[in-house]
Amino acid sequence: MKRTYSLVVLLAVGMMLALGGTGCKKKLQNTTPLPGYRAGEVPASETPSPIIPANPGRDTAARLPPPDLGTATPVTPINPDTTGTGGIPLGNTDRSTWNEDHDTFKAEVIYFDFDKSNVRPDQVGKIKAVAERFRTMAAKALRIDGHCDERGTEEYNRALGERRALAVREALIKEGIAADLIDTRTYGEERPAEPGHNEAAWSKNRRGEFILLSPPK
Amino acid sequence: MMALGALALMVSPVASGAQPERIPLVRETDSLGFTKPIPVHVSGFSGEVDGVLKQDLFFMGIQHGALEEAKFLIKGSNAGRVEGHLYDKINNQHLFGRAYAAATLRAGAHAFADDIARLLIPGVPPIAQTKMAFKAEAGIGKSEVYIADYDGANAQRATQDGSIVAQPAWAGRSMLFYTSYRLGPPVIFSHHLTTGSRVAVARHPGANISPAVSPDATKLAMILSKNGSPDLYVSELNGSNLKQLTFTRTDESSPCWSPDGRNICYVSSERGTPALYVISASGGSARRLATIGAPRATEPDWSPDGRWIAFTSQTGGFQICIVPAEGGNVVVLAEGEDPSWAPNSRALLFCRGRDHAKRLSLLDVPSRQVKDVARVLESNSQPSWAK
Repeated sequence: MKRTYSLVVLLAVGMMLALGGTGCKKKLQNTTPLPGYRAGEVPASETPSPIIPANPGRDTAARLPPPDLGTATPVTPINPDTTGTGGIPLGNTDRSTWNEDHDTFKAEVIYFDFDKSNVRPDQVGKIKAVAERFRTMAAKALRIDGHCDERGTEEYNRALGERRALAVREALIKEGIAADLIDTRTYGEERPAEPGHNEAAWSKNRRGEFILLSPPK
Repeated sequence: MMALGALALMVSPVASGAQPERIPLVRETDSLGFTKPIPVHVSGFSGEVDGVLKQDLFFMGIQHGALEEAKFLIKGSNAGRVEGHLYDKINNQHLFGRAYAAATLRAGAHAFADDIARLLIPGVPPIAQTKMAFKAEAGIGKSEVYIADYDGANAQRATQDGSIVAQPAWAGRSMLFYTSYRLGPPVIFSHHLTTGSRVAVARHPGANISPAVSPDATKLAMILSKNGSPDLYVSELNGSNLKQLTFTRTDESSPCWSPDGRNICYVSSERGTPALYVISASGGSARRLATIGAPRATEPDWSPDGRWIAFTSQTGGFQICIVPAEGGNVVVLAEGEDPSWAPNSRALLFCRGRDHAKRLSLLDVPSRQVKDVARVLESNSQPSWAK
């Protein structure tokens, strides 16, 4: 093995000299360069905070582009009985500026089994109740926030939370609510309702919540 | 000061003299095919420089140990600046010497470690000067993207969104993609780190999550739910030319790219429990990747050398595992989740601990040794090692 190492090192040293030796001599008289940076350039690590914009709060907000939903799919009539692959496409209305009411349907939280996104039979009654009340409300929309317990991994739970919200949405569509009036949002495991680390808490955290949305005044 | 310049050239006499014999390059490897650690002895350094140097070398497969066992000697000093030398102990030769005019002693130690690795392990990218991005949580529902040296030092905040961020992914070494809830819904942003400019590259109805940038930094893979179920999509980096790759009723998550950019490995619950699948980046049918011994697999990351896929297995708690890229038997490495490969395909960054109190750790895959890195705020997760 010792011969192998020596050879490797000799070749590598030789190559380094051939490639870099003369350049070093010309450019740098007083210092030896840090590899990876060209002479004259300021290494990123020497500037105090190059990655943070000077005024990140307002500056960044100002740079955010206006909502661009041009590439999203157009709204098409939805058949609630669609059983093919995929699901029922989400509508294109941007309601990110609408007012959120978290209280109206506070009692109708939909709970899920571990790692499941299907609506349990014992939860359907709450969805029917929400649909019935929502039907009487004019010019409103609904958002379903999907949540998970902490036992899955982070991005897996983020997808699972969305799948749960979409399952509740489909159940609402079955009750006759227009697909374009129901938005979804996943929080994954980011916002537990109960802080504990046991099934009692987890069963409360695997949930879908209804947010009533009203257009901005 | 002139002595410094001369020092860099001290290596020149070494290359002449001995005639290299025609011995094929042989590296001793362990049962998994990882190069066995090269035994060295480090002396002359103190404090932070000594610690940084030894740790850098360790995660590159160069291990400090007893003088008698060492094949190479690493000597130097850190009085004012880092100065280092490498000797072939067996042939009693000075191979390399350099003084480092780095901004800090720590940076000098990293630069010296990389120089040693380039000499002793040619052809493998050194990692001592690499960066990582990660998610740092200040409390429930409050997180920002941070960037730090791979060992957790010099952490800097990249976002100030005051909401939730997730899954930072590098495009080259100066641009990040991540999910932010800054506008309300989860939206994928691109973020130039040097200018601070950001663009919402995926802002469709529903979820825009789990960005993953192709190794050549030309394509973006992500999970969108706009068509009614979380599915895998690819687009150009600016979000244009969007193409849907999966069409399932179940949830897909966590895409990652093969090093040649041709395939994407991701998670699907198509058959009930989450498992790994591989699909061509241009679409087609997906095949399930066998992870024998890990029934629930999430968070894949393809090693830069193409040999392995690291992922999180869930049996009770979480385990960091690797499986050959073509599928097969799983090797369980450590307790933890969300692995991210180092450019050298030898070390991993991952996180461990309870939700909202996680910390990042480094893992030397061949030895399975783990080292925690410094924590920022309350909880750190979703590390992404810049390649």
